[in-house]
Amino acid sequence: MADWEVVIGLEIHAQLATRSKIFSGSATAYGAPPNTQASLVDLAYPGVLPVLNAEAVRMAVKFGLAIGATVAPRSVFARKNYFYPDLPKGYQISQYELPIVSRGTLRVLLDDGATKTIGVTRAHLEEDAGKSLHEGLAHASGIDLNRAGTPLLEIVSEPDMRSAKEAVAYMKKVHTLVRYLEICDGNMQEGSFRCDANVSVRPRGQQKFGTRAEIKNLNSFRFVEKAIHFEVARQIELIESGGKVVQETRLYDADKDETRSMRSKEEANDYRYFPDPDLLPVELDAPFIDAVRATLPELPDEKAARFARDLGLSSYDAGVLSASRELGAYFEAVVAALGASQAKLAANWVMGDLSSALNRDNLDIAASRVAPAALAGLLARIVDATISGKIAKEVFEAMWSDGQAADEIIESKGLKQITDSGAINGVIDAVMAANPKQLADYRAGKDKLLGFFQGQVQKAMGGKANPAQLNELLKAKLGPGAA
Amino acid sequence: MLHNLTLGELAGQLSAGRISSVEVTRHFLARIERLNPGLNAVITVTAAAALESAAAADRRRAAGESGSLLGIPLIHKDIFCTEGVRTSCGSRMLDNFIAPYDAAVVERLKAAGAVMLGKANMDEFAMGSSNETSFYGPVKNPWDPTKVPGGSSGGSAAAMAASLASFTTGTDTGGSIRQPAALTGVTGLKPTYGRISRYGMIAYASSLDQAGIFARSAADAAVVLELIAGFDARDSTSVDVPVPDYAALLAPPVAGLPLAGVKIGLLREFFDGLESRNAALIEDALRVFTSLGASTVEVSMPHLPLSVPAYYVVAAAEASSNLSRFDGVRFGYRCEQPKDLTDLYERSRGEGFGTEVKRRIMTGTYVLSAGYFDAYYLKAQRVRRLITDDFRAAFAEVDLVIGPTTPTPAFALGGTVDDPVTMYLNDIYTVSANLAGLPGMSLPCGFIDGLPVGVQLLGPHFSEGKLLATAHRYQQATDWHTHVPRGYE
Repeated sequence: MADWEVVIGLEIHAQLATRSKIFSGSATAYGAPPNTQASLVDLAYPGVLPVLNAEAVRMAVKFGLAIGATVAPRSVFARKNYFYPDLPKGYQISQYELPIVSRGTLRVLLDDGATKTIGVTRAHLEEDAGKSLHEGLAHASGIDLNRAGTPLLEIVSEPDMRSAKEAVAYMKKVHTLVRYLEICDGNMQEGSFRCDANVSVRPRGQQKFGTRAEIKNLNSFRFVEKAIHFEVARQIELIESGGKVVQETRLYDADKDETRSMRSKEEANDYRYFPDPDLLPVELDAPFIDAVRATLPELPDEKAARFARDLGLSSYDAGVLSASRELGAYFEAVVAALGASQAKLAANWVMGDLSSALNRDNLDIAASRVAPAALAGLLARIVDATISGKIAKEVFEAMWSDGQAADEIIESKGLKQITDSGAINGVIDAVMAANPKQLADYRAGKDKLLGFFQGQVQKAMGGKANPAQLNELLKAKLGPGAA
Repeated sequence: MLHNLTLGELAGQLSAGRISSVEVTRHFLARIERLNPGLNAVITVTAAAALESAAAADRRRAAGESGSLLGIPLIHKDIFCTEGVRTSCGSRMLDNFIAPYDAAVVERLKAAGAVMLGKANMDEFAMGSSNETSFYGPVKNPWDPTKVPGGSSGGSAAAMAASLASFTTGTDTGGSIRQPAALTGVTGLKPTYGRISRYGMIAYASSLDQAGIFARSAADAAVVLELIAGFDARDSTSVDVPVPDYAALLAPPVAGLPLAGVKIGLLREFFDGLESRNAALIEDALRVFTSLGASTVEVSMPHLPLSVPAYYVVAAAEASSNLSRFDGVRFGYRCEQPKDLTDLYERSRGEGFGTEVKRRIMTGTYVLSAGYFDAYYLKAQRVRRLITDDFRAAFAEVDLVIGPTTPTPAFALGGTVDDPVTMYLNDIYTVSANLAGLPGMSLPCGFIDGLPVGVQLLGPHFSEGKLLATAHRYQQATDWHTHVPRGYE
């Protein structure tokens, strides 16, 4: 079996978070009853004309600046001509030869901790089509044009990815970025963020790309990964059994976990692109671009670098905590209240207990039942040794369920840690007396029994003995037999 | 007679209370009823609505309002969307289409209190130079019913020549105002591209389409232009240039000859091979201009002979895309019992569009196709730039250029139906202005065998004021524009 190299490029469609459509004043809100957000422009009535939404342009520029791309001083809208019932004009307004953004890069963090730079060929503005509805209508198809004219930013990558994992890492990075920039809500169930994957394989070492298949409309990270896996296996099997990959468009069927041919290159439309005479070229001057640049937030890479540099976090932790603006802000609020020296503790709790509680209750960080200041209040009690980390987990759960402050819970439940050596030693003596066999075994060299004694003491003390202190006292008492 | 009054005279009578708008409207509706059957110029008459808006205009006058078009009747080319009224664009495809909104031009004239009498016949989707491609049948030329009125705004031109309204609207994509104006002996104005909003005007070729006016005279055209010109945020190609007081620009200079200092260029390419009687009439017109103080100089525009092929590539390309929305799905004609989606498209479009429209859709689809795009579409766009440059060079030397509007007077009905190329060549003198986005006018300048002939004036972008003033002085010195066809006095 030959050694195959996988080559993947993604075309991501990010729906821009404008209030109105790209060429009409209709609202873009998701989920309205069919055709209630379709104006005469969206319906392509005779005589109507498109007017470009300036906010969509601003958002595209924001994206371009965030990936270090060239923002075109002049970009042009073109018509992509084809007939389909959900495309009312019979053409889609898109950018073709002169896109608004070209030649940017994104850095992605791979599982092995390495980073890889993925090229972004271009990002262009275009309008979305409507939707055909085939369900619930006898002998007819319905058309919902609410989505027709919704602004999209199509982000086209270079064929730089070499595995499904890399593709997913890149897609996640773009997802993070567009939400950071507040230009897309990133909602994949609603189709606000979706992608087409161009997949090919070639013998390792070969320069020339293999023939690619384009898998359309993947709307989850998991589907991207599974569809690419299936497609790569299909192509390799095909070639190894003497067949040839044909250039075609394929659909991923999530239920069957397979890709199926939609149309081949021969059947592909000739879109007859030409500049749209209804729209003037988009001309952007330096002051406009600078003004957009001034609105850029701290970007995820910058934030992660700052977390690693100023707070001493590992690059993994820094990456996780900068993955969304809200999570980063929460973490920073905890650190601000607790002190930068305890950033690692704060990071562990935000990524650990807090995240799992949020996941369990299916809540966004913004809706967390424990506010950053409250979490900092809890962590402060660990730092000053009032409670142990283990007790803190119990306190956290109580905070999560009834909203009380950490100190109140520690007080009312009597969870304050015992640091009185006399009291701890008294219990140690009692435990040793009650377990002569284990004591003998320990002294004979079974070091592991230290844990047994720790557990017995904590059990007797309701878990409140200071663990470090207990450890020290135990070792002293158990004595010389130990290692 | 009421229908022979200029806009200024009619407004004067209305404001003096000597006549009401309702009476004026009744008069014109009666003329339409009596004269239109022989012309087929008007395809929708909105009598009841017209009388209502006339009554509303009278109330506004009574309340002290004035306005140069308040209560004055007009007819719109059926390419402009009119709310609640069928807007057919001369096509079976839109025979059942009631527009749900008003075009910008319609809206502005409505706001000014002008009274719409109805909608004028036209070549289907404005594609034609004889008005014979209309689904509603050809329009007859009031000067000779065996002759065409020109196109595509043939109905608007014939209605103006027959005085069925005080003025009419039209559109000009390759000469569709100037050519029929010449062939029916009326004054036609095609303003600069972007001067008037295209919002609500059914698109033929978006980069060339321009709304304009048919009027009894340049002075009347100036009154209408002032009300319909101006920026409109709903049309991204409309231009934000202030609208001058065109009527004020018509006043003669305080001293000296009326056209002293005006330099007029004679376009050499326009006179090459021009039929001698036609050429003689243009030369007569030139003598009038020079007698009024203008100087003339010959100018050459070497790329003009390429304008017709370039036009038919660009216009067809844009049309093939613009007309894709007529698919039988949301409005307009839908075939009976479609088998499936492809059948719905093929038969709705196959049955809804006429021959000339299909010819241009196919031409346009061809020139935009992979492998042909560079050779046709891109080359045509390059020619377009060369022609624009030719004009720019000419206007560095002269204020206006002059030439014939058409190669011949009105030709026989049925004469070019099977010969599209001959019909396309009718646009030879008019299409260059559209390719360059320039304003132009056609003025009546004489007759050949009883048929009117037009002289064409073209100017730089946004020179409508100068064009109108020059035309007005010519019309003060001549009476060709006052001739009325027999039977329509």
